[in-house]
Amino acid sequence: MAEVQVELRHVTKKFTTKTLGDIVAVDDFNFQVYEGECFSILGPSGCGKTTCLRMIAGFEDLSEGEILLSGRPVSSSRANLYVPPEERDLGMVFQAFAVWPHMNVFENVAFPLRIRKVNKAEVERRVKQALQHTSLTGLENVYPSDLSGGQQQRIALARAIVTNPKVMLLDEPLSNLDPHLRETMRFELKELQRKLGFTIIFVTHDQSEAMALSDRMLVADMGRIMQIDTPENLYNRPINRFVHSFLGESTFLRVVIRDGQVYAAGDLEHPLGVTPPPNAAPEMILATRPNAIDITGSTGYQTRIETRIFLTDRTEYLIPVGDQKVKVQTPHRIAFSEGNSCWIRFVDPMWYPVEDTDEEKERARRQLI
Amino acid sequence: MINLRGKTKDLAAVDGRRRIGLDAVMTALSFVLLLVIVVTPISMIIYHAFFYQGQFSLDLLIDQFTRETTLSAMWNTIKIALLVTVFGTIVGVFYAWLLGRSNIPGKSLMRFLFTIPYMFPPFLGAMAWDLLLNGRSGYLNRWAIKTFGLSSAPFNINSIWGIVFVELSYYFPFVFMQVVSALERMDPTLEESARIAGARQGTVIRKITLPLVTPAISSGALLILISSLAHFGVPAILGFSQGIFTLPTRIYAVIARSGGSFDGIRQGAALSILLVAVVAIALWIQQRVIRSGGYDIIKGKSMRPTVINLRGARIPLFILALSTLVVIVLVPLVMIFLVALVKAYGLPLIPANFTLANYERIFTASGTIESIKNSMILSVSAGFITMILGTLVAYVVQKIRPKGSTLLEVMSVLPYSIPGTVLAIGVILAWSGSLGINLYNTLWIILVAYIARYLSFSMKTSSAALLQVHPSLEEAARTCGASHTESLKDITLPLIRPAMVSGFFLIFLPAMREVTTSVLLYGPYTRTLGVQIYSLRDAGMMPQASALGSVAIVLIVVVNTIVNALNQRRKGV
Repeated sequence: MAEVQVELRHVTKKFTTKTLGDIVAVDDFNFQVYEGECFSILGPSGCGKTTCLRMIAGFEDLSEGEILLSGRPVSSSRANLYVPPEERDLGMVFQAFAVWPHMNVFENVAFPLRIRKVNKAEVERRVKQALQHTSLTGLENVYPSDLSGGQQQRIALARAIVTNPKVMLLDEPLSNLDPHLRETMRFELKELQRKLGFTIIFVTHDQSEAMALSDRMLVADMGRIMQIDTPENLYNRPINRFVHSFLGESTFLRVVIRDGQVYAAGDLEHPLGVTPPPNAAPEMILATRPNAIDITGSTGYQTRIETRIFLTDRTEYLIPVGDQKVKVQTPHRIAFSEGNSCWIRFVDPMWYPVEDTDEEKERARRQLI
Repeated sequence: MINLRGKTKDLAAVDGRRRIGLDAVMTALSFVLLLVIVVTPISMIIYHAFFYQGQFSLDLLIDQFTRETTLSAMWNTIKIALLVTVFGTIVGVFYAWLLGRSNIPGKSLMRFLFTIPYMFPPFLGAMAWDLLLNGRSGYLNRWAIKTFGLSSAPFNINSIWGIVFVELSYYFPFVFMQVVSALERMDPTLEESARIAGARQGTVIRKITLPLVTPAISSGALLILISSLAHFGVPAILGFSQGIFTLPTRIYAVIARSGGSFDGIRQGAALSILLVAVVAIALWIQQRVIRSGGYDIIKGKSMRPTVINLRGARIPLFILALSTLVVIVLVPLVMIFLVALVKAYGLPLIPANFTLANYERIFTASGTIESIKNSMILSVSAGFITMILGTLVAYVVQKIRPKGSTLLEVMSVLPYSIPGTVLAIGVILAWSGSLGINLYNTLWIILVAYIARYLSFSMKTSSAALLQVHPSLEEAARTCGASHTESLKDITLPLIRPAMVSGFFLIFLPAMREVTTSVLLYGPYTRTLGVQIYSLRDAGMMPQASALGSVAIVLIVVVNTIVNALNQRRKGV
């Protein structure tokens, strides 16, 4: 295994707010990020992802725990240690780019080197290289206000890589760009990482961005880590209902399990024809993806097509199951009409306990911060 | 951005003849009123400065400009303005940073207190400091001479530096408020990215923060420069006794000495040209700075700005800020209120010497009640008329956009760039009979001057509000069957009413304490509150002047409180 670049040990951050009282923004975060890895922290607003990144950067001190960069502690509640951001040797790219409007492209990128008192010739050489890497060559004397959002983002990137940091922190770096540009920048970022070999930790609420870039992802909710895994595993084997619904589209169905048979709530006469999980509770949530439901066969649960929506790349159906409605996505070639009878079969579903409503309330409360 | 011009044009095209009728009336009315109120007095100054008995002549200008007194007044004006600007900017930036970015205690309360000088009339401050530090009779000076056995007064407020000090304490909020708001709205990641790049806090302030707020600093500084160049009250109170004149006070002196004769007014008009020229240079610089534009420093998600821990310096700096507040806010206030109570000016300020007789005297003298009444009538009517006129012009400029709308806009903001003293002379030249209308010695002449002077205030607030009213709102009313007049009355006006009301108070408040123009325009029965205080003091009745000053302060505080309460309630809705 590659060397550990960034490590969080029991990191906790508490805030006291005037309106909401004490909030545990980050609750006992433990993870390691390896050299050359692209690691993303994903979650809804208020999940603690930005606070976590800012603690790694050194903009926030932690309440408890320890953060290590390349094995060296930089924040530690036990040792009462706090290294300021300028001494952590990190690269960072911010959501709003944060390029300095009073400096031209060259001066922006050269700033970290000049602060480090690098000699003039070396500054020239390294800025030139960084600009080459980010396709900004020729724009040295231009001011940021004359450049597009994508170019400003590249300045921020060039400024971050110019000192060759081992770790690069990205705070929603692509969310201020238009969708098309966002995709291009994704590839460029990945390409740059391959060339320069730095470690990326990045924060986003955009799941497709995270999926496309990450080797591993951390999904957080309400200040707690829910799951850390590869994008494939997170999508296919989400550990709970939250992770399931957060990544990709989800279909949830309230079910009743009786005598080894699974029934949709509201229809206890016709079983769904799926095998219940071991140790099943009497009531559960059956979770699946709208594209993982088979309606072409003649086994499972018999029902009918209620609504059909024709979209560019697929057809969507709303199908009543018990007292609920299930969304199903199929390729265009599977064509039903509204009112048609059909059989619905859930392929390899996930099972979750019925959710606690208190958790919903807590989530709403945290969104207010 | 939505192209408002295009949208409005479309609506006009859809409309029938009625709209053109109403719009044309409003446009014509705006032009006529601005010609009468603004253009006439300004043209009269230019005419009388360059023409004598119908003949073009530069004799008057050459005669005036080569006088020793004129040159020294000009030199004083520039010297004072530059000193006030430099020191005002330093003080403003320092406290903006301290209250915006450090962990000094009591930040929000102090921020409020630092803006108090903004609403306090500077000439009352000058009066208070004169009572305390007058070279001959100031309380502090006499106390110091007696206590330390000095041979002469340690301080002399009746000097260039004294004038600079007092103006400074009322003008630094211009820079302070601009910079505080720039610091607050600045995207904190601009500074954070410098930290990540390896810069220490001090380096970040020097290389990132200060350069980014430079546009805010320079626009505040130029506001100080322009205000100080045109300022009358402080040099009038502090400078006359020592023969220190600035251009505005020299103009006043020339006219006062000539007893309001036409010759005196002509000399004043010539000097006005010089003053306008000096101010115009400052305005020109201001335009260039504004055009070069600020940086776009507000974007991204809002986060708390980086707060700097002052550590050991926290308490000393807190004490420094507190003492500054005591000196610029508390000391003048206390002085005015104490001297208002003393039996005779010069008696020690101890309870044994206190009496309410001064208040009794000013309120039984007919002039005082009269002056308060005059100021009330003038402020309310100037506020109301200007609010309507400003909104009319704003509507024409923003929504109708006829040919020449830029000219209209320039005409409406022009008078505020012109020193009040100069405007007053223009009004005298225009409305004391030479054009067939004689308003001299009536309240009307002061009212006309106030309307011209404050027009830009209501015009600007109403313009901003009108820009917020999307054309589709009026269009929606039209599709519901409302005529142009009805949609204006039922949709647009109610939407901008809050802005109109705040425009009213923006005019009412400064008009209540106005002295610069009314001191040149008042007649025997038309003294304003400011003029009355000024005359009482001029006549050596310091305690009575202070008593009336304290009444003015109470009035200002009461009205301000009401306005704030109204604003607060409106925000709640």
